[in-house]
Amino acid sequence: MAAKLILSMDGVVLKEYALNKERMTIGRKPHNDIVIDNLAVSGEHAALVTILNDSFLEDLDSTNGVAVNGEQIKKHFLQNNDVIEIGKYRMKYLNDQQGQTTAADFEKTMVLRGPIGGSKPADKTGDATASFMKTQVNVVPSATQGATTGKFEAADAAKSPAGQEPGKEAAGKAPAAAPAAAPAGGTSPAAVQILTGPNTGKELELVKNLTTLGKPGLQVAVITRRPHGYFITHVEGVNFPEVNGEALDEHPHQLNDHDIIELAGVKMEFYFKA
Amino acid sequence: MNVEQALEIVSETNPGMVRSHNEDSVGHEDSCGLAVLADGMGGYNAGEVASGITISVLTTEIRHRLQSASPVEYAGDKDEELGVALLRENVQKANSSIYQAAQSQPQYAGMGTTVVAGLFYDNRVAVAHVGDSRMYRLRGEEFVPVTRDHSLLQEQIDSGMISPEDARRSKNKNLVTRAVGVEAEVEAEVHVYDVQVGDIYLFCSDGLNDMVEDEDIGSTLQMLQANLPLAASQLVQLANDNGGRDNVSVILVKVKGEFAVPRGWLAKLLSWFKK
Repeated sequence: MAAKLILSMDGVVLKEYALNKERMTIGRKPHNDIVIDNLAVSGEHAALVTILNDSFLEDLDSTNGVAVNGEQIKKHFLQNNDVIEIGKYRMKYLNDQQGQTTAADFEKTMVLRGPIGGSKPADKTGDATASFMKTQVNVVPSATQGATTGKFEAADAAKSPAGQEPGKEAAGKAPAAAPAAAPAGGTSPAAVQILTGPNTGKELELVKNLTTLGKPGLQVAVITRRPHGYFITHVEGVNFPEVNGEALDEHPHQLNDHDIIELAGVKMEFYFKA
Repeated sequence: MNVEQALEIVSETNPGMVRSHNEDSVGHEDSCGLAVLADGMGGYNAGEVASGITISVLTTEIRHRLQSASPVEYAGDKDEELGVALLRENVQKANSSIYQAAQSQPQYAGMGTTVVAGLFYDNRVAVAHVGDSRMYRLRGEEFVPVTRDHSLLQEQIDSGMISPEDARRSKNKNLVTRAVGVEAEVEAEVHVYDVQVGDIYLFCSDGLNDMVEDEDIGSTLQMLQANLPLAASQLVQLANDNGGRDNVSVILVKVKGEFAVPRGWLAKLLSWFKK
């Protein structure tokens, strides 16, 4: 399912547009793809460039400007639920690719093939508008088994995912837009407090995914924060750390509230802060 | 020190939390300082067939050639070192094998794979890659990607169309512009870099760098560099804790000492006797 724009004014929905072309223009004049017949709208006001599952909005030097989510923009990478404002008109951008795919299809690597004959390097030194316009992907319906120079330029990249009908692939097998690397947020805060030696009483909060303890070259252990708890693992040194008087092996050991860790001759206590 | 003594190499591969099977393959040939990682694609088991062919072609062919030749010599009419030529030629060889298998067996139609391979010799590393599998380098505090993906997203970043920050939110991830085995010919991108003692090289599939920020990958390596197997399993675990939506594979190579190729008349004499 292609992404779409929902045009409305004063909360009344006027029309819905599917973003099914590489480049669509918004403006007052009738040749635009999205025509808004209002004097506050420039003849050619803005352009939308869609590359597979991503859409970019660009202000075409309009008189009254373009805002997205209340902020004036020149060029903007549209995200699901963004609201574009042109004069009194609002356009909501919907790109809910996630609901259209099954988990198994997520993030499958696919091949873009090309190039089409006579490819030229994209002008990387051009102004923003020029390079913006050049990076368009031509969706060619038949597999282009052309010369394989191996040097693909975005401007000429033809798309033909292996064994699939082009176009269908683009919409149907979209990778999820999940941001990478969400920290292990589900874990409750914890800390270790040093019980012996010169640093007695010092508390170390386990705020990072990894916290190393000990002396490099002598004995080091690491505490990893994971979604289902905290784990201690031996990293280096002849001696392995002890938890509640028992030496660890090389495997991670889950820590429980008030466990006593002994490492390089120093005792410390692990506990949850909540 | 020879290259086998100078390097410590560990690898780990895991199907992740969502996929039922693993299309990644990893391999290393410690005797000649070679590490190879491939991320296959294609229906049924075609993905792992493609990545498996690539690993076996590169490891066996390169090991075989280097038993009787030195990676620094210029063989025949070549204008590049044997080490570089071997990577280039064997990626092409893997490409032909996969392409032919895909042409002759309908269940393998359209299969392909990415590849990233590093050959360490003479205090340097030659890196060949196709697609979006990467090599990174940790040197001191600095953790940087060395390879640049052959992907639509990378091209958009290069042309200034999208910022590297915005790229993380793109829905066009995982569209590679070059792959091994999908066409009759493929050209691997090959570069040679100087290596320093203490460097750690990470080869990984996109299942790692899509799930874990570069900064977190770097700090994990930094903290756990004394225990390479633990660092490898920790990286895989981090990707899986963050969702593990793809297969995840890593190879870590730690440079423990210098490995210059011996030169001069004595070395020549010795190598002559070995033949």
